[in-house]
Amino acid sequence: MPDVRSHIEGTHGDVKVLLYALSTCIWCRKARQLLEDESVTFDCVYVDLLDPDERKASRKHIRQFSDRTSFPAIIFDDSDCIVGYKPEKIKERLGI
Amino acid sequence: MRSEDSITGEAVEKLYSRLRRDARAGGYNLNPDEAFTKGLVEGLLINEARYGYWACPCRLADGERALDLDIICPCDYRDPDLVDWGACYCALYVSDAVRDGAQDLAPIPDRRPPEEDREAVAASHDEELVGFTRSGIPVWRCKVCGYLCARTRPPLKCPICKADQDRFERFM
Repeated sequence: MPDVRSHIEGTHGDVKVLLYALSTCIWCRKARQLLEDESVTFDCVYVDLLDPDERKASRKHIRQFSDRTSFPAIIFDDSDCIVGYKPEKIKERLGI
Repeated sequence: MRSEDSITGEAVEKLYSRLRRDARAGGYNLNPDEAFTKGLVEGLLINEARYGYWACPCRLADGERALDLDIICPCDYRDPDLVDWGACYCALYVSDAVRDGAQDLAPIPDRRPPEEDREAVAASHDEELVGFTRSGIPVWRCKVCGYLCARTRPPLKCPICKADQDRFERFM
């Protein structure tokens, strides 16, 4: 089982990036791979592995930016969010 | 129930072959990207170990079967998503056009209602129940494949898609 939370250090750290993912989801795996391949500094949380209270808090956090809780959800600078694996949009948002 | 850490490559291969065979027999296609698809199959096995059923690997399961019924693979949304998008939400199943490379595969929006609307959606279905059969025998609909049958209770397994009894809804 992967770590519930992890911090990945890359060379692009200008934008604060938080990836909410499911450990079983292939689209989430692709999103994480993209961030790693592009050497982005980010935090990753596997919501399906959280305990119920933390899970609720994460869902609430995602819903601040999106009308539904879908994965992957990437939150940028705690201000906006891209839901779903959209590599071009993600790269554009990160300026890479 | 197995522990999710003990899921072997052999178990993934076995389920992958079974799903592929069943898909073909029913006129469906598994995603031809084998590595991608086996990753999803592994997710199904992990969720089976966690929850006791094949919750969609790409959706957040509640863990209580009654609340996750609609996202047990094949989910209630597979067929309409195949028609509209050429793939189901996680892309385990794809249309002929996607299989043959005539249509690109892309992530699609989730058709499942957000959690706060699910009860209302179920209630609106109950309100729609207006028909009666002449004999008074109810008609049940399989929410996975649409199979209809007039019986006092739904069958234990859908004879068409093999979905479990609790995937049926009252239709008339």
